[in-house]
Amino acid sequence: MAECHPVGFQWVMEARERGAQIIHVDPRFTRTSAIADEHVPIRVGTDIAFLGALINHVLQGGHEFREYVAAYTNAATILDEEFRDTEDLAGVFSGWDEESGSYDVSSWSYAGMEPPSAAGKREQAAKAGGSGSKTETSTGEQSHGAHGAGLEHGEPPEHDDTLQDPRCVFQVLKRHFARYTPEMVERVCGIAPAQFARVADAVVANSGRERTTAFVYSVGWTHHTVGVQYIRAASILQLLLGNIGRPGGGVMALRGHASIQGSTDIPTLYNILPGYLPMPHAGQDTSLEAYLETNTSPGGYWGHMREYTISLLKAWWGATATPENDFRFDLLPKLTGDHSIYPAVMGMRDGDVEGFFVMGENPTVGSANAKLHRLGMANLKWLVVRDLQMIESATFWKDGPEIQTGELRTEDIGTEVFFLPASAHTEKSGSFTNTQRLLQWHHKAVEPPGDCRSELHFMFHLTRRIRDKLAGSTEPRDRAVLDLTWDYPTEGEHDEPDAEAVLKEISGFEVAGGKAVDGYTALKGDGSTACGCWIYSGSYGGDANQTARRRPGSEQSWVAPDWGWAWPMNRRILYNRASADPEGRPWSERKRYVWWDEEAGEWTGDDVPDFKKDKAPGYVPDEGAEAEMALRGDEPFIMQADGKGWLYVPSGLVDGPLPAHYEPHESPARNALYPEVQANPTRQRYERDDNPYNPTAGDPGSEVFPFAMVTYRIAEHHTAGGMSRFLPYLAELAPDPFVEVSPELAALRGLEHREWATIVTTRTAIEARVLVTDRMRPLRIDGREVHTIGLPYHWGPNGLASGDSANDLLPFVLDRNVHISEFKGSTCDVRRGRRPRGPALLAYVDDYRRRAGAPTGP
Amino acid sequence: MARRSPRLPSLLRQAGGGDPLALGSAAKSKRSASLKPRTQDADRVVGSICPYCAVGCGQKLYVKDEKVVQIEGDPDSPISRGRLCPRGSSSLSLVTSPTRTTKALRRAPHATDWEEIDLEQALDMIADRVLETRERTWQEAGEDGELLRRTLGFAHLGGATLDNEENYLIKKSFTALGAVQIENQARI
Repeated sequence: MAECHPVGFQWVMEARERGAQIIHVDPRFTRTSAIADEHVPIRVGTDIAFLGALINHVLQGGHEFREYVAAYTNAATILDEEFRDTEDLAGVFSGWDEESGSYDVSSWSYAGMEPPSAAGKREQAAKAGGSGSKTETSTGEQSHGAHGAGLEHGEPPEHDDTLQDPRCVFQVLKRHFARYTPEMVERVCGIAPAQFARVADAVVANSGRERTTAFVYSVGWTHHTVGVQYIRAASILQLLLGNIGRPGGGVMALRGHASIQGSTDIPTLYNILPGYLPMPHAGQDTSLEAYLETNTSPGGYWGHMREYTISLLKAWWGATATPENDFRFDLLPKLTGDHSIYPAVMGMRDGDVEGFFVMGENPTVGSANAKLHRLGMANLKWLVVRDLQMIESATFWKDGPEIQTGELRTEDIGTEVFFLPASAHTEKSGSFTNTQRLLQWHHKAVEPPGDCRSELHFMFHLTRRIRDKLAGSTEPRDRAVLDLTWDYPTEGEHDEPDAEAVLKEISGFEVAGGKAVDGYTALKGDGSTACGCWIYSGSYGGDANQTARRRPGSEQSWVAPDWGWAWPMNRRILYNRASADPEGRPWSERKRYVWWDEEAGEWTGDDVPDFKKDKAPGYVPDEGAEAEMALRGDEPFIMQADGKGWLYVPSGLVDGPLPAHYEPHESPARNALYPEVQANPTRQRYERDDNPYNPTAGDPGSEVFPFAMVTYRIAEHHTAGGMSRFLPYLAELAPDPFVEVSPELAALRGLEHREWATIVTTRTAIEARVLVTDRMRPLRIDGREVHTIGLPYHWGPNGLASGDSANDLLPFVLDRNVHISEFKGSTCDVRRGRRPRGPALLAYVDDYRRRAGAPTGP
Repeated sequence: MARRSPRLPSLLRQAGGGDPLALGSAAKSKRSASLKPRTQDADRVVGSICPYCAVGCGQKLYVKDEKVVQIEGDPDSPISRGRLCPRGSSSLSLVTSPTRTTKALRRAPHATDWEEIDLEQALDMIADRVLETRERTWQEAGEDGELLRRTLGFAHLGGATLDNEENYLIKKSFTALGAVQIENQARI
């Protein structure tokens, strides 16, 4: 955090000065560790074993926040009697089908509950696009399933409030994590029991009524084939300790780009529409009603899918969207499987995808198996790159690594490439959404130079031209484009679209008269409101840009509600109803945040209450109540069908209702917890010549790649380098790629500080300067010494600071829930000296592949 | 505060002037006394947000003669309280970088170098490419007759560095065109 989010880290340092205890769990000792009270070196890829042991410690010692757990979580819910745990089935959950490589999730339900019509199940039935080997046939989505469609409203069907029933979630959890002991942590993670005990004691001592513990993570938790379950494990622990919805609690994702949260909320992602509405699936969402039927939750705010969806369709297709034509629902393209970036890139290589837009991203440096990206892009018909600088993704045809090795020849590459220069943040107005869901407006200061334009300008005028070219078309497929609302006002010499007009559409307005709505509760399901992203509704409330508010922090409360605007409804802590007890009183004076004001008959506090303002703590829903009114006044988790925090996930995930430790796809160790299941059985593998894998521990050839590898970022550079490697100050601060190794590993391989080393996987070999440091340390794993190397990934051939790209070393291998690749925790070899040049590099890697038993070439 | 009287050599000032460590007046020269911060005579100050990571630090842009001349942390921001990290502090060199490409360029198929292209013409050609690809790769229905109404012929990647409003137009336009492979860094 000190490295990648330095200014955010000031709050951690300040908290420490006020007595907070800081624990840093990371394979490497970093600038964060230097400030922490305790650095816990952990073997990369083993956090579920560690977190699972913390959960076990809490459960075995009776350290849970009992009142919170009993009232606010699904601990009491009884599970379907068909459910079997990994403990019963040697490492897999019930429903595992070896043939399809996926789960039938129906046995994961609550007892008496309709098997979930959740996305997980739907997608398992869906056919895959593309070549479809066994490992590709099904694709997982959390999408809406995570909130639990299929539950009856309000109460789960069966529960035991004493938490004693052997089939209740609490007892299932206890059994599931019973083998996650400190001794197991030592074997799997390499953490000594004494150190584990210090961490466990600190977490327990700093949780409860009077104190809270926060967990902060970044891509160190998401870049795994079991990444979603890392976050789940932290969520379980935090729910057990009563640390969700309370100040100083939570599980906080620190995200890496200025608006990466925004690009998730208003998704440039294939599987969702704005505001986490699922994209429709072919053959299932055959009509608006079918789509709403599947996705509307009986309890909680997902009960308003109709309002959110129809308001979106009205925002997009305006007056042509009517009740008679399903509000143009059928114009939305339909999914049939995993259409994420990795299959798309393989589609380029295979000739199925012929055009590609790259806007403000540098995949030939920043993505796993970046080489496969370059090979795919060299096979396109056309490519459009928009950026500030001449990044590698725009020049691979001229000077990429494959040109150097002779694998590609510039004259043979038929890709037509357009490079369009982009405006900087100072040259356009718009909002970023930061990592805490806060929308902040940045104002245009100057005109962009030359041909530089904003993406707003590009998309508006490109689409305008496309519409002009299609004018008069009678093709049914062109209706979606021609009837699209696309009349944004423009201004200035370049006809720049008015970003505030776009924000107003995102925030929502009344169709008649165009008055801005003040929030999502004002949205209607009859077509009388339009709203481009329901969770952002109110960001333009009161016909004013709420995201542009900049009232000085010094003139406000510590919550600072008048700076920017946080979704939803300017709430700064989600589920903050949980900061009060079931009767609506703060759990403690010290930790008070939001509470029920009996006299006024409403919720009040330091933040905007994340609860229906006038719903009393004692409210009990009537038979037939819907959406949020189907939840009781003491159920804070208002996006869940049962209003509960989920310790156990009955629907929405495809790889298990509980986290289980699986080794990375390429690991230096066998799975000590589940010896029969080495890695996440549902992970998406792509056995292709251009995506070879290193043999994992225990398999023949694994000794060729004996070391674990972890990639990371440093303070001086930004992701794939497009915004840092071209700048003189940052280039001077961190000019060269480097590899961090322990003195022990340096001795083992004869590596010398500041000299060169070559790092090798079955994908390729790269070179970097050696940094010998005891910040890296060998760990004892199951009686054996395991070395890890650290490799920052920012570099590429272009810019002032150039060098080999670490991501060239990594394969495509994905978490099936979210299709994120395993950037953290591959294996490698490391050797003294520079890598071979030209075609000799290919021969060098081929030799490794032969020795490892992996396919050779291309 | 330029002094008119002759100044002693700096070492003597350090020794005798009550500034033995030379951290204050003894270190000042005539030149340093005449220097003014770039922020002082800016024509206007514009509120902004740092474009790097997702902390979202407040920035103040100082503009003179229609150029950004300095970028400072905004002390009013309750998030950053005026601070910027090494990346944020480099924002000025990001937006004024002499290596920024400011011309639209095209590399023809099989060509060995870029050529400049008129921006309007480039947009027009890209519109044509999109429509050609879309027509060639359109999938109206699947094998069992289920409606697809899409193209897998072109893909998009990017957005995490862009504004919400920009992402909104990307998603809206490309979805209407039938594209589904619309992706960004959040997957990565």
